[in-house]
Amino acid sequence: MQSALDPAGGDASRIYWLTMTMTVGGILIFLSVTSLLLYAIFAPPERRAWLGSRRTIIYGGLAFPIITLSALLPYGLIVMRDSDVPKAGALPIEVIGEQYWWRVRYPADGDRVAFSTANEIIVPVGRPIAVSVTAADVIHSFWIPNFGGKIDMIPGRINRLNFTAERPGIYRGVCAEFCGDQHARMAFDVIALEPAAFETWRTEQAKPAQDPEVPLLARGRELFRAGGCGSCHAVRGTEANGQFGPDLTHVGSRRTIGAGQFPNNIGTLAGWIANTQHIKPGVRMPSYGSLTGEDLRALAGYLESLR
Amino acid sequence: MNAPERPGSFGEQEPELPNPLPRPEGEFEALKKAWKAPRGISFITAVNNTYVGLWYVGTAFLFFILAGILALIMRAQLAAPEGDLVSHDLYNQLFTMHGTVMMFLFAVPAVEAASVYLLPNMQAARDLPFPRLSAYAFWAYFVGGLVFFGTIFFGLSPNGGWFMYPPLTGTKYSPAENADWWLLGIGFIEISAIAGAIEIIVGVMKTRAVGMSLDKLPVYSWAMLVFAVMIVIGFPAIILGTLLLEMERAFDWPFFIAERGGDPLLWQHLFWFFGHPEVYIIFLPATGMVSMIVPTMAQTSLVGYRLIVLALIATGFLSFGLWVHHMFATGLPKMSLSFFSAASTAVAVPSGIQVFAWIATIASGRMKLTTPSLFIIGFLFIFTLGGLTGVMVAMAPFDWQAHDSYFVVAHLHYVLIGGMVFPLFAAFYYWAPVASKHALSERLGRWVFGLMFLGMNVTFLPMHITGLIGMPRRVYTYPVEMGWDALNLVSTIGAFMIAAGVAVFLFDLARNFRFTLEDNAGNVWNASTLEWLPNGTYNTRSIPSVVSRDPLWDQSNLSKDVEDGRYYLPGTATGGREALVTSPFDARPQYILQVPGPGWQPVLAAVFTAAFFLLLTVKFVFTSVICGVLAVGCVIWWLWETDPGPVRPPADIGGGIVVPVYVTGPMNHSWWAMIVLMVVSGMVFTCLIFSYLFLWLVNPGAWPPQGVRIPDWIWPSLSALLYCASAVLIAVASRQLRGADRRNPRSVPILIGVALLLVSGAAAVDLWTQWGTNLSPSAHAYGAAVYAIVSLQIFFVLTTFIMGIYTIARWLAGRLDSVRRTTFDNTMLFWYYTVGQGLTALLVVHGFPRLTGGI
Repeated sequence: MQSALDPAGGDASRIYWLTMTMTVGGILIFLSVTSLLLYAIFAPPERRAWLGSRRTIIYGGLAFPIITLSALLPYGLIVMRDSDVPKAGALPIEVIGEQYWWRVRYPADGDRVAFSTANEIIVPVGRPIAVSVTAADVIHSFWIPNFGGKIDMIPGRINRLNFTAERPGIYRGVCAEFCGDQHARMAFDVIALEPAAFETWRTEQAKPAQDPEVPLLARGRELFRAGGCGSCHAVRGTEANGQFGPDLTHVGSRRTIGAGQFPNNIGTLAGWIANTQHIKPGVRMPSYGSLTGEDLRALAGYLESLR
Repeated sequence: MNAPERPGSFGEQEPELPNPLPRPEGEFEALKKAWKAPRGISFITAVNNTYVGLWYVGTAFLFFILAGILALIMRAQLAAPEGDLVSHDLYNQLFTMHGTVMMFLFAVPAVEAASVYLLPNMQAARDLPFPRLSAYAFWAYFVGGLVFFGTIFFGLSPNGGWFMYPPLTGTKYSPAENADWWLLGIGFIEISAIAGAIEIIVGVMKTRAVGMSLDKLPVYSWAMLVFAVMIVIGFPAIILGTLLLEMERAFDWPFFIAERGGDPLLWQHLFWFFGHPEVYIIFLPATGMVSMIVPTMAQTSLVGYRLIVLALIATGFLSFGLWVHHMFATGLPKMSLSFFSAASTAVAVPSGIQVFAWIATIASGRMKLTTPSLFIIGFLFIFTLGGLTGVMVAMAPFDWQAHDSYFVVAHLHYVLIGGMVFPLFAAFYYWAPVASKHALSERLGRWVFGLMFLGMNVTFLPMHITGLIGMPRRVYTYPVEMGWDALNLVSTIGAFMIAAGVAVFLFDLARNFRFTLEDNAGNVWNASTLEWLPNGTYNTRSIPSVVSRDPLWDQSNLSKDVEDGRYYLPGTATGGREALVTSPFDARPQYILQVPGPGWQPVLAAVFTAAFFLLLTVKFVFTSVICGVLAVGCVIWWLWETDPGPVRPPADIGGGIVVPVYVTGPMNHSWWAMIVLMVVSGMVFTCLIFSYLFLWLVNPGAWPPQGVRIPDWIWPSLSALLYCASAVLIAVASRQLRGADRRNPRSVPILIGVALLLVSGAAAVDLWTQWGTNLSPSAHAYGAAVYAIVSLQIFFVLTTFIMGIYTIARWLAGRLDSVRRTTFDNTMLFWYYTVGQGLTALLVVHGFPRLTGGI
């Protein structure tokens, strides 16, 4: 699910083979050195005498590492040259690390309009992806092990990472740079879809939220408005236009909530709203523990309906 | 003593001994009396290297255990997913403290401590050249370290990681004092490390056995020399870094705040320019120990001595060229990644040389499988593996995956536990007989080794996989179903195995370690080096002359002759404590250094220094300043008793060698120390200039930013003129103070006094000039950088000022004349440095913006 040993993109597999080469080579060298050491200790003196000279140091400690490293270094540099190369026609995505979640923006692309989402990156299979990252507060690091290495998100700087998903699936990314209280709970989903499915998703995401038709959900929407949720969160198509927290226009369509913490359903949404500071102490959002059970259900139901 | 058969043994053909028998009545008694340790409560005022060294090692080991306990709590938390043994905040403090304490309060002090104990013995020096300085370094570390560690019990420990990356550690995201504890607490522990490094450099270069030329120096001394030079070069970067971050936190000077022209990456460069060499700073002394233990256990000379020394120097040199490999994921251009990738792999070569030199030595002798040997073998296993994973992470693309994952946790523990903790345990078992009545138990030692070796591998081997399957570092918990559960549980079990091994070691220590000097267990391993000579607080009765690298094997009867006082300086020439200073290359006797004895000054100065920094942390500014003044006062009180002058005519130390008891100028030990201090200061300043230029690079076209006026050139010129004039006056004073007749011309205090006014004027003019342009230090990184340079210069001028006043006071008290002028020389050297730094600062601050297009 989240592993550098299960590559799903070109860069990750290049690095995977570098890893394997170095692991096998490293094990062989380790075994040779330790057997030599044991030989030096336990072999009969006359048989190990040849080892006890400067020649051993010159060959083993100087020549051998120089030759091995001279072979390895170009391989490593070639992998580096080929990895993370910007490609023409790439799909641009902007990701901003915030304590402790991910703001994801899909900029306008041709006639497709821009929109924002959070904690979830949907990509089409086969098309190169160009992610540009930065941070809004402290340093974070953007890492999807199955697609390649990580890149730091640094305030005031924009870094880039390029990858291509080679097979559809659900992958997971995490923050790899310690970023404060809830660094441990800062993950996101990466979902690779077939190009057609991706286009559908994109079209849906660009639309404003739909007005609820069921009374309970309408009540949830009213609670959302009256509770001031809109001062931090945006729901496009309503008066809620806060930019501080994640955009919730299509929050119901996301796989997980709380930056990759729980599966997304009405129960977890309600639990999250009521107990934010208990579940993820230190995040910006306060717990809304004073809501009655019914109100909570209505509010969570409304959010879940934002698909 | 049955010396092993070896080619090139000097055997019978030994030079005539310098001093005849029998020794005069009372000579030995006088020596013992001079070196007698104080009794009762005053015992803590002892400054002799054996006492301070032992306390130092003990304290460092205490921190090893404390930081280890923190690790056990973390491992218990991570034993299962979603663990809730500790809160996220406590966990963040735990891992920050574990790293910080292990690095700053255990590893560096431990290797420094061991050398305080061992170096003089190994070089047959009576003591380190500045015993009070090592006592000061120890007490500052002891008091400061314990208070710093105590913060964990109050939830006040730093929680931003041992690397303290801003902006997370800036006031905006860490408003509480936790971060200040790190910045100020660690700041002065670094000062303690630098004090130790100065001591070690001068000790290795100047106080050795007669004839112990550089090519006969024990490898351990070489390792400590490279270690100390690396501290002198590397630590200033972190000192400056902590200074800048603390100034940002305290005064809102935006060095690392991107919105105001700062850059978080500046911190990372400063931190890792120190942080990477730090690893080798810890590792090299350990390899030095290994190079001492292996030949003894194999009962043969070290193979490849010159190659090993070369490897030590090469490691030290290379280690300063690869700090960026900690920043492979920060988005630097691939071009620079390639360079640092290559440099990082290159450092494997000198390590390879050392490993194969030990294998060759083992092969050419007969390795006895004692406890020290087992720890050495364990070290070679573990360190080789850690070195190989080190080559892996040196490959930038692999590092993009492994960086900040558990793979790196595994790698660094293999390198540090393998490369430093195992050699240290080998050293405990190996050298215990020097300081204890009994050796430690071989039987228990095997248990210690077995538990630690297995535990180490059980803990950290699985972490390589844990990291590659995606587990990031520094997480207080992890979700279920990630596939990390079993591996983490295994790691936790391993951690407790290591703890069990350490517990058995403590038991062994309690049962068998009994501190003593005269009746120690002695040379139980039949080792070849001088620390195994019979010794007391005065170290060796007489100072031997050596003709090879393995004197105890090659010079028969050496122990007996040294003990009988047949070698150099068998008593005391001045009636007090003395050390024999030798020339730096071929170790010919140069003069007798009158070593200061016990005193409350270093203890009090250290306590007040610690109080100054710690009280500043909790914002008790007034009390803190009082402690700072008291600390400076204690240092002056301590210095007042030094620089004794030629208290007697040159003395005969034996063999017809007559040496003075006081010298000045470049031969003097404190001249050397001052030069090293100037290098430290120069490095701090260089790092500051680097920071200035770095901030310029991230602010293209805004250096200075819009609306900032650069002062008219006339003011910096005036300031420069004043600096130069003050230096000229000091040079004139130095000329006046020349000659063999002990003159103390009246012009000297007047010249120093006027020069003081000039140098203070120079700094004042510059500060006033900047102030006059309304440049704000907190509006933009430009102003912050300019004021940082100006402030550092003012700090140096203030120090010069105190030194100048002190020198005048020495003259007024009749303690300064044309012969007894070490105090003046020190002030003079520091003065020239301050002037040089001031001129450079003016050139950068006023010249550079004009070059980059400012007006």
